[in-house]
Amino acid sequence: MVKANRAREGWGSRLGVILAVAGSAVGLGNFLRFPGLAAKDGGGAFMIPYFCAFLLLGIPICWAEWTMGKYGGMFGFHSSPAIFGLLGRRPIWRFLGVLGLVIPIVIYMYYVFIEAWCLGYAWRYLTGSMDLGAASTEWASRSQEFYDGFTGTREDGAIFTGGLGGCLPFLLVTFAANFYLIHRGLSRGIERLCMWAMPTMAACAVIVLVRVLTLGTPDPAHPDQNVLGGLAFLWEPKPIKEGASAFSALADPQVWMDAAGQIFFSLGVGFGIIINYSSYVKRKNDIVLSGLTASATNELYEVCFGGLITIPAAFVLLGAADAFAGATEGTFGLGFKTLPVVFNHMPWGGFFGFVWFFMLFLAAITSSISMLQPAIAFLEECLDIGRRASVALLGMITGLGTLFVVYFTKDSAALDTLDFWAGTALIFVFATIQVILYAWVFGAGKGRKFAHIGAEMHLPRFYNFVIKYVSPAYLLVIFGLWANQKLPGYVRSLGSGGVPLVSVIVILILGVFLALLTHRAGRRWSAESRDTSGKDELPVFPEARE
Amino acid sequence: MSSGGWIFMLGSCGFVVWLTAYCFYRVLARPRTAEHLQAPSTIETGDEDT
Repeated sequence: MVKANRAREGWGSRLGVILAVAGSAVGLGNFLRFPGLAAKDGGGAFMIPYFCAFLLLGIPICWAEWTMGKYGGMFGFHSSPAIFGLLGRRPIWRFLGVLGLVIPIVIYMYYVFIEAWCLGYAWRYLTGSMDLGAASTEWASRSQEFYDGFTGTREDGAIFTGGLGGCLPFLLVTFAANFYLIHRGLSRGIERLCMWAMPTMAACAVIVLVRVLTLGTPDPAHPDQNVLGGLAFLWEPKPIKEGASAFSALADPQVWMDAAGQIFFSLGVGFGIIINYSSYVKRKNDIVLSGLTASATNELYEVCFGGLITIPAAFVLLGAADAFAGATEGTFGLGFKTLPVVFNHMPWGGFFGFVWFFMLFLAAITSSISMLQPAIAFLEECLDIGRRASVALLGMITGLGTLFVVYFTKDSAALDTLDFWAGTALIFVFATIQVILYAWVFGAGKGRKFAHIGAEMHLPRFYNFVIKYVSPAYLLVIFGLWANQKLPGYVRSLGSGGVPLVSVIVILILGVFLALLTHRAGRRWSAESRDTSGKDELPVFPEARE
Repeated sequence: MSSGGWIFMLGSCGFVVWLTAYCFYRVLARPRTAEHLQAPSTIETGDEDT
């Protein structure tokens, strides 16, 4: 007999869970990383590998996560270790599920810092204190200078000497806001936030989009720098090497890798978040249409808003060379160094700068809050403690981690290392584990039947083939290419010790701590007869059908 | 902008707008009575074998 006296959490409405999952997926990468990649990886030609990855990798894995999460939720489990243990029927799966906690917790540790930048920039624009000087020739260098000072990339500990004018107050506000919202719970915290934040983000994006599309030809001395030229700069298929054909990007493995990586990180698969969110969906409720709707919403923000705003605006106001330089500088370069210069050139730039960075802040907070929920659920069901206690414990853990990130800011060493190992490498590993668990251990056929319980839309018949063969092969090839290219450099950097090595140790300590808790929880679940280890078959739901 | 640029821009944006609109239409067209998944404060009695 199970005796639990906690209030059972759940979503308030179907739209709420869809917007919560979409809010988790929509982040800075939608608005800053996607257009940068598209501009450098062949323009319109990039969309071919992009949509291939969306259909063959993103959507199938997304559906698999929704299915596994809902299945676990039927047995009262909400964390990936518990759900993996249930589906895998071996204790080892439970420990592999720990990755679904390590990843979001570690990402939160640095993501909340970036979120604070967005809030800080928005505040600067709102109060009119984003001053890049009068001479337009100095705006780029002043913007770089401001970014370095605000984010403390010049030296370690710089954040703590910046006083009230620096990033620290915004970090404290952001951190507190996240924990206040997560403390309020799934429905009253996460869902309510996403229910108003998602439409607000769309409204902000439309405001900036209309401004960009009506820029016309702002500088008569440069008639080529016009809106159509800006759109063409991003969307026209173009060679990635001089003298090649317009579609030469399709022959470059790097472009396919970039597209798959973007879809992967953008949809939020492999983070352990969708599994957790969908575990609160009730038995009779649909997950197929809900999963597709959340993914489509993410794509709307990425392709339409991300693809039509930043790069075209940079092209119109700065010219092709600076727009391309901004695009290749990555998410932070485009978002926090190039765009302030763009807004300085723009009529009413202060207002639009505020709207833009406030939108980025909303995109970031709806993502960061989702990174806390899997660990909250795990602590609750593992230690059998209430939400308040689990929030306090997680607050201490993430607080220490964030402190580490914001102290070692020189060259963003801690942030970069954590992002590489937890925010990239482990996500690939965890997604591969998930696909194998779903398609080969749990069974793709069984999963498809279960997904159809309450479904308003059936999974396509070829879905089983895709999730069983195509998605894992796609993942392994992309991961292999990525590891071959990036891994040696990062492994070498560990040999030199310092911040990169300590960052990896932080991840390992967290992983071991969570594995020990999982071991303890496993014994408790066994004592409560909730453990499926060694069982030949999992329970079948009578309403599950083809 | 060349015709290729228009095709990729309108095709990509059109596809995601159509997909999102179609999905939300299907979601929101459901009867309101079936919308609530569960009350946020449902008390789990836990008095059953699991």
